[in-house]
Amino acid sequence: MYQFNYRKASSLEHAADLQANAEDGVYLAGGMTLIPTLKQRLAAPSDVIDVGGLDGLRGIDVGATVRVGALTAHAEVAASAEVRGAIPALSDLAEGIGDAHVRNRGTIGGSVANSDPAADYPAAVVGLGATVHTDRRSIVGDDFFTDLFETALDEGEIITSVEFPVPAQAAYAKFPNPASRYAIVGVMVAEVDDAVRVGVTGAGPCAFRSAELEAALAGGLSVSALDGVSVSSGDLNSDLHASAEYRAHLVVVMARRAVAQLT
Amino acid sequence: MAENGTGIGAAVKRKEDMRFITGAGRYTDDIDQAGQACAVFLRSPHARATIGGIDTGAALQVPGVVAVYTGADLAADGIGDLPCGWLVKSKDGSDMIQPPHPPLAVERVNYVGEPYGLVIADSLQAARDGAEAVVADFDDLPAVVGVATADQADQLHESVPNNQCYDWELGDKVATDAAFANADHVASLDIVNNRLIPNAMEPRAAVGDYDAASGVYTLHTTSQNPHLERLVLAAFVQVAPESRLRVVSPDVGGGFGSKIFVYAEETAVIWAAGKLRRAVKWRAERSESFLADAHGRDHVTKAELALSSDGTFLGLRVKTIANMGAYLSTFASSVPTYLYGTLMAGQYKTPAIYVEVRAMFTNTAPVDAYRGAGRPEATYVVERLVETAARDLSMDLAEIRRRNFIQPEDFPYATPVALTYDTGDYEASLDKALRHIDYQGFGARRAASEANGNRRGIGFSSYIEACGLAPSQVALSLGAGVGLFESAEVRVNVTGSVTVITGSHSHGQGHETTFAQVVSDRLGIPLDDVEVVHGDTARSDYGLGTYGSRSIAVGGSALIRATDKIIAKGKKIVAHNFETTEDNIDFTDGIFAEHESNRSMAFAEVAFAAYVPANFPLDELEPGLSEKAFYDPGNFTYPAGTHICEVEIDGETGVPTIAAFVAVDDFGHVINPMIVEGQVHGGLCQGIGQALLEHGVYDDAGQLVTGSYMDYCMPRADDVPSFTVDTTVTPCTHNPLGVKGCGEAGAIGATAAVMNAVTDALGVKSLPMPATPETVWKALGSAG
Ligand SMILES: Cc1cc2nc3c(=O)[nH]c(=O)nc-3n(C[C@H](O)[C@H](O)[C@H](O)COP(=O)(O)OP(=O)(O)OC[C@H]3O[C@@H](n4cnc5c(N)ncnc54)[C@H](O)[C@@H]3O)c2cc1C
Repeated sequence: MYQFNYRKASSLEHAADLQANAEDGVYLAGGMTLIPTLKQRLAAPSDVIDVGGLDGLRGIDVGATVRVGALTAHAEVAASAEVRGAIPALSDLAEGIGDAHVRNRGTIGGSVANSDPAADYPAAVVGLGATVHTDRRSIVGDDFFTDLFETALDEGEIITSVEFPVPAQAAYAKFPNPASRYAIVGVMVAEVDDAVRVGVTGAGPCAFRSAELEAALAGGLSVSALDGVSVSSGDLNSDLHASAEYRAHLVVVMARRAVAQLT
Repeated sequence: MAENGTGIGAAVKRKEDMRFITGAGRYTDDIDQAGQACAVFLRSPHARATIGGIDTGAALQVPGVVAVYTGADLAADGIGDLPCGWLVKSKDGSDMIQPPHPPLAVERVNYVGEPYGLVIADSLQAARDGAEAVVADFDDLPAVVGVATADQADQLHESVPNNQCYDWELGDKVATDAAFANADHVASLDIVNNRLIPNAMEPRAAVGDYDAASGVYTLHTTSQNPHLERLVLAAFVQVAPESRLRVVSPDVGGGFGSKIFVYAEETAVIWAAGKLRRAVKWRAERSESFLADAHGRDHVTKAELALSSDGTFLGLRVKTIANMGAYLSTFASSVPTYLYGTLMAGQYKTPAIYVEVRAMFTNTAPVDAYRGAGRPEATYVVERLVETAARDLSMDLAEIRRRNFIQPEDFPYATPVALTYDTGDYEASLDKALRHIDYQGFGARRAASEANGNRRGIGFSSYIEACGLAPSQVALSLGAGVGLFESAEVRVNVTGSVTVITGSHSHGQGHETTFAQVVSDRLGIPLDDVEVVHGDTARSDYGLGTYGSRSIAVGGSALIRATDKIIAKGKKIVAHNFETTEDNIDFTDGIFAEHESNRSMAFAEVAFAAYVPANFPLDELEPGLSEKAFYDPGNFTYPAGTHICEVEIDGETGVPTIAAFVAVDDFGHVINPMIVEGQVHGGLCQGIGQALLEHGVYDDAGQLVTGSYMDYCMPRADDVPSFTVDTTVTPCTHNPLGVKGCGEAGAIGATAAVMNAVTDALGVKSLPMPATPETVWKALGSAG
């Protein structure tokens, strides 16, 4: 790590204020992504602004929608009976993130803000059609992830919660990277407001909706609707663990497995 | 042998575990010396470059930085090269070529992560800041990465034409060629044995200290063999004479071979401590471990087996190119030769074998012994080839092995590749393994998998290993630079408790328990009365440490010798007490008793008498009860067994899952079956890891792609099945405990079994390792 100033925010306004006055400030939530980055000296912020004490950003509110406070840990989402009642796919997704330590510390806000191409939550944000609420505005899930580690967030903008509509049905299937256990491909298939949505993570630079799969499933969520369907590998990631072609194949297989959970 | 109790054969819980699981273990990084400074190494970002200059000026200005040293500073102080301890000769009789290996690179760097300097500061933070402030002027050169074509690439070392370290052979070429000429069938395979990165749980570390008053250097470090560390640092690298250099390996969290070797870091740290007259500590970051621990395996091989039409093996021909990495690590040269070529007979009576091995230098981290060291590579060649032959000839996997096994009546059996196996019963292990896996039921299980759209395959591996590394005479005649005996001391304390001091070293194996079991069993005293001391050159006689599954076979035998001397001395003391002669005294269950009388003395009474020597005839009987032994065996030991693996492959994704794994091993007598089972489990995980998960990958520029756990896939508990582990026993014929060693068997046997099963499931001849989901998926497509 390099030296930095540690700042503890006492309110959203205070956090924004600390950020505005810092030479190069960065928010700290669960630290599961940020701390390793700092330890390896891959980032040198002047100020680390700890938002972990902002209790208003914590907790789960289930009603017509499922609203998850930005600071809510993956383990809390996984363990919530209310979430499981409303969107079991979201519980399953949270339960499959990392290991117990990571799930106890890592937060939904941090996960979404980071837009790691292999993270799980982004599949739910685009797949379920969530809304990302910030201290400044509300951002439609479809518009939130813009590129590799890039989001629609402005400088210093703080995520306050992520709000998921309750789908008629939804399921998530993940093909984990054997080494890191992040998603090589993760697919969220959902029926929301009479429309089929398919959110894909792991495969591309950031989470996206698959037009090919949504079209194939538009007539109904059945496994056979995906027979013979393929997705283009053109824009997909290639690395040591999976080529773009393999990822394209896995996107369809994971979609089938998600649909199979429903039927 | 005792099934209960605490003696030999009892599954005693490990004495050391309480300290480990409660966080009370004392590892090198837990040791802090007064006034200690911290070291950070400067590591090459290039795979191959010349060093134009190193500007340390700015680094020395960083607050807290005490010193910056480079290779030139070590050279100026007469610090020598890191030597390789095993001389291998080429076919033409010439010595292998050992390029210079300065601890810190001087003129050029040859792999990413190679240290070329170190920054020492009051704090780790300051040392890191200092390291970033050093400006080194590198002139980047194209890297030589692929081992198969290294002989045609740029020459890396001035003294090494064609980048070839040696071109070695073993066996009878003429007889082997003749066997091939007369064969009905030849099975052949091209094999790549993938590079592995060891990943001990505890990274390497060193704390160097210098005592100006005595002139004594003390090095605490993560070594599997502190005496060897001291020997090399004293005699070859010349940091200090042995008499003024103490090396301590405290608790060490795993090694798997990677901590046998003498590395640059501890050399520089102990030297710097003397230079600065101040203790210096270094501990590797995990990413440094990936870059700069010696790696394992990395062979490219063409292998052929000649058979008659009934499946009898006639000849075996193996041609291997072995990657040494950039320099010769401490034992690197012996791994693909004496620990590899000599194992090519496997469990079979193959009459003619010829092995050629070319060792090459590349711009990658040095490669040396890693769990199994040469023997997993040999087993992989033999057992993949045997199964290929069985498929070629449509023979049953068990039948082809039975037909060629060395039979119990054939022992001692001299193989055509220099070893003489003392004993074994290979069919016994095979039969047991077949029963455990339910071989008969495989067809039905395969059909069930296929009905679900999946594939299922079965694979065997009937491995053999030469363990108990020793004997010195053989090793020395084959080029070893050190003896391979082991030392032991049994020190009986005044009130009858016993301190056992061994030259062997435990870094997870459980010596404090098994060695205590042996002594408590032999002396008939409670297990808790025996303390085992290891890992300190100031406390034990010269020893060779732990690797090659040698601890119980060699170290344990030394212990028996020393214990026998204690019993003999005890008899003398008792005879003196009873005014009789020692041949009238028996020793059983901790009691010295006179024949034909009811007079006896308990062990503790004899101990007390030894140190309170009433009327001892001092010219015949010395006071005290403490004995030493050095044990050098007459032969290697030959653990062997059969592993059978069943895999199921997901027909859609290619994911291979191990459905069942049976390991039946013959380790001779077993001291502690629980510890042995744990060793087997760990070894199997590593063997399976090589087959399915692990791969050290460099890109064309020589950058390590798998430099963290994000990309280097370590086996996790849920990657392996619940193992079925069983044993057969043919006691070793030439050591007093009848033991063979168990530390490497899992890693040696498992890989071939898994890959035999995967290729069987896919219906393909071969597949590169690791068989990742994508590799398997592609093969699913190509196999139709
Ligand atoms: C071993 C390991 C395994 C993992 N496996 C998985 C996995 O399988 N799947 C998966 O999806 N993830 C995985 N993760 C990542 C994990 O989910 C992270 O916790 C998560 O991505 C980041 O959350 P955090 O709260 O720790 O964020 P932090 O590390 O604190 O912050 C991450 C980034 O987000 C920013 N940030 C945090 N909170 C906010 C906010 N409220 N508003 C705006 N910006 C914010 C920070 O400034 C920082 O840039 C793994 C992590 C580890 C260490």
